[in-house]
Amino acid sequence: MNRFPLWKNAVIAIALLLGLLYTLPNFFGQSPAVQVSPLAANAKPDDALRAQVAAALLNSNVPATGTSMEATSIRVKFADTDTQLKARDVLDRVLNSEGQQPAFVVALNLVSNAPSWMESIGALPMYLGLDLSGGVHFLLQVDMKAAINKRIDAATNEVRSQLRDARVFYSGINRDGNRIIARFQEPAQRDAANKLLEKMFPDFSFRSEGEGQDLSISFTLRPEAFKGIQESALKQNILALRNRVNELGAKEPIIQQQGEDRIIVQLPGVQDTAKAKEIIGRTASLEIRLVDEEHPGPSSMTEPAPFGDELVVERRGVPVFVKKQVVLTGEVITDASAGFDSQSSRPSVNISMDGKGARIIKQVSRENLKKRMAILLIEKTRTEAISVATIQDELGARFQITGLSSPKEANDLALLLRAGALAAPMEFLEERTVGPSLGAENIARGFHSTWIGFAAISVFMIAYYMLFGLISVVALATNVLFLVGLLSLLQATLTLPGMAGIALTVGMAIDANVLINERIREELRNGNSPAASIFAGYDRAFATIFDSNVTTGIAGIALFAFGSGPVKGFAVVLVLGILTSMFSSVLVSRALVNLIYGRARKIEKLSIGNTQWREEAPPQS
Amino acid sequence: MEFFRIRKDIPFMSWGRYTTAISLLTFLLAVFFLLTKGLNLSVDFTGGTVMEVHYDQPADVQSIRGALSTLGFNDASVQNFGTSRDVLIRLPIKQGVSSAQLSDQVMQKLLQADPTAKMQREEFVGPQVGDELVRDGSAALLFVSIGIMLYLAIRFKWRPAVATIVANLHDVIIILGFFAFFQWEFSLSVLAAVLAILGYSVNESVVVFDRVRENFRKMRGASVAVVIDNAITRTMSRTIITHGCTQLMVTSMLFFGGEALHYFALALTIGIIFGIYSSVLVASPIAMWLGMTRDDFVHVEKKQEVIRPGEEV
Repeated sequence: MNRFPLWKNAVIAIALLLGLLYTLPNFFGQSPAVQVSPLAANAKPDDALRAQVAAALLNSNVPATGTSMEATSIRVKFADTDTQLKARDVLDRVLNSEGQQPAFVVALNLVSNAPSWMESIGALPMYLGLDLSGGVHFLLQVDMKAAINKRIDAATNEVRSQLRDARVFYSGINRDGNRIIARFQEPAQRDAANKLLEKMFPDFSFRSEGEGQDLSISFTLRPEAFKGIQESALKQNILALRNRVNELGAKEPIIQQQGEDRIIVQLPGVQDTAKAKEIIGRTASLEIRLVDEEHPGPSSMTEPAPFGDELVVERRGVPVFVKKQVVLTGEVITDASAGFDSQSSRPSVNISMDGKGARIIKQVSRENLKKRMAILLIEKTRTEAISVATIQDELGARFQITGLSSPKEANDLALLLRAGALAAPMEFLEERTVGPSLGAENIARGFHSTWIGFAAISVFMIAYYMLFGLISVVALATNVLFLVGLLSLLQATLTLPGMAGIALTVGMAIDANVLINERIREELRNGNSPAASIFAGYDRAFATIFDSNVTTGIAGIALFAFGSGPVKGFAVVLVLGILTSMFSSVLVSRALVNLIYGRARKIEKLSIGNTQWREEAPPQS
Repeated sequence: MEFFRIRKDIPFMSWGRYTTAISLLTFLLAVFFLLTKGLNLSVDFTGGTVMEVHYDQPADVQSIRGALSTLGFNDASVQNFGTSRDVLIRLPIKQGVSSAQLSDQVMQKLLQADPTAKMQREEFVGPQVGDELVRDGSAALLFVSIGIMLYLAIRFKWRPAVATIVANLHDVIIILGFFAFFQWEFSLSVLAAVLAILGYSVNESVVVFDRVRENFRKMRGASVAVVIDNAITRTMSRTIITHGCTQLMVTSMLFFGGEALHYFALALTIGIIFGIYSSVLVASPIAMWLGMTRDDFVHVEKKQEVIRPGEEV
């Protein structure tokens, strides 16, 4: 009765093997590395780049411990962080000549030391949370009111210029909270306006009011448009943040949406928090200016600019002189999207401007036909021309940039136009910084306390339950194996509360084996045969084990649902731990017991401590 | 080895009056301290800035306070943290100053005074986040309580369910009472510990009531008190050993886990000790006084009777 069918043993063996396989990468540790990736859109790392990197490091006497080529980058491993930092500087200097647009991103990284075949089957080490790796965490709130304000302001201006262009006479247009009110004196004008505006502004709902000479249309944003604006504002801000964070060269930046209007930014390993805050918090701006066509274009990056001009570099690396006078700033751009030109069916970017922008661009484009116009992305430290295009026609509120080489380029440009500036201001809600030495200390402490606790439990269990205690301890160890393997497979982020969760799970999981062992003892005391006692012990204890895990599971789910950040990590570990502990304490330990006792024809005695005493029968009344 | 060779059932139920009285007293004390002293909520809940700074030599807390007051932080709290070389600085939320500027200002000032100062950790939490956490924390507590109650009600019936949840919620209040009395810092991780321990110690009552159900089937004609006494006595060994093992792990965290896990482990410790006590010695008497009888468990039995009508009952 105490033998498992072959398939059950096989399942356990395979589970153990997988657990071991996915847990292993965590023990190889990680090496500091420098990651070199080409910036140009279609460039891929090649052997030439690899040779260049190797030569540069050799020349500067920076010893590397390994190089690997990835799909988009080359990674070079180093023995320690000092060498890593030195290597980063060397590579940055050699690959990106000074004063020019950088051609490569040279960033610090951590690379697992596990063999590459492990990586190819998805066996990767767990991510370390900020409290373990050190770094910064920000929680930002996007000011949605400002985003909506901006949209309504833009719409108000646009209404004005649309009506003017269509020669519809109004007596006044103003804004009242989230409403725009346009006043008219004649019904005909109002109807004309209504027709026009309904077509132009699908995001708004309209209502005609008033009578006699005091007529008006009041229009408000539709609720679904509110949502759309919020979503696009959030998306745009995330894109803008991503662009900025790339500059910091953080190892594995995490930028994600949280809730409706929040963004989490995590930069593991970033030390210079002041700089991180500055870069994340700053506001970039877009400017539209004309290219100076009177002077010949610059032939080198260092050529001095003529009076009233500025030298800027185009995305492809070509320098141009642009006028210092600003035609328009980025706020007038209400949207930009990639598409295809209807005539040439080549990639294009469609730009929409608000009323003010449309008016100015119309005038400027009329006066500067066949001349070039540049769109500049200005951030604190640098100015870049993200587009230089020849004005082909008189432009209006909506116009196209054509002549782009690929849909990807069109996408990039549209993204930059949208993301260059933040859609709405952001506020720091939360900010956490953990120094790297504290992180290392936290790992050591978390690991030590788990280990010591585990050892103490083992000693007790073996002393108390003898061989069955040993079996319980082995089952407990496999539980840790499964849990860590599962967390690695899910690529969970390990935090200090997560480590505490693992420790606590170990401490709680032993409950199942105690229950089983106590049951077996009781069955023995009641005079049952050893084999029958084992069978009954496992059989009856299971219902109780299941029961007792349900309530902890409820608590885990609640923590996951309502908790944030580190508490969530703790909850994940707690819930997964319950699942793995049921498997290991019931199935794995049973398999071991079966292996030891299942084959014997007759078992004389179980090694589970003394059971040679009897309790008095419960009193009957 | 075996700790418990109890040959006779221990008359726990006859002590029910005393055990619940002790419980009630602790509970009232806890409520009293919660009301008078209140919880020392961490920056997670209150909002504000916390900085942990490490010095190469023992830090001069007085001069740090002085440096902070020149920046206008008269209500900053500065204390040693773990060792004499580590200092924990707490700054309340200040209107009009962004978090980024604040911690940089402070760090600059501290570096002027002592160039060995090194920032280990810095946390800023805005006021609205704190409010949300209080709300989410309460929601989680409510969710856990209702979830557990529903589960127990399905598993047993309402009397044992109510008794269990009352016993365990009073544990939660007692843990909070300890944190209020000693003014230990109540952080998010402590809240997580409290909820985890709530789920965990409910197990205890489940195990006991499982036995009670079994006993009602086996011990025909025995009084409710006798049935419960027997159930508690026979599960006691498991209770003590299981909780002892969990406590071994928690103790290890308490001593070796560092400052970050200290209060987390402390909350667990209190929770485990009172969890055993209340889920055994409080839940059962309450269930009994609520009028728990065989009927609260008997529905399972009836089904069996229907399935096997031929058997003699």
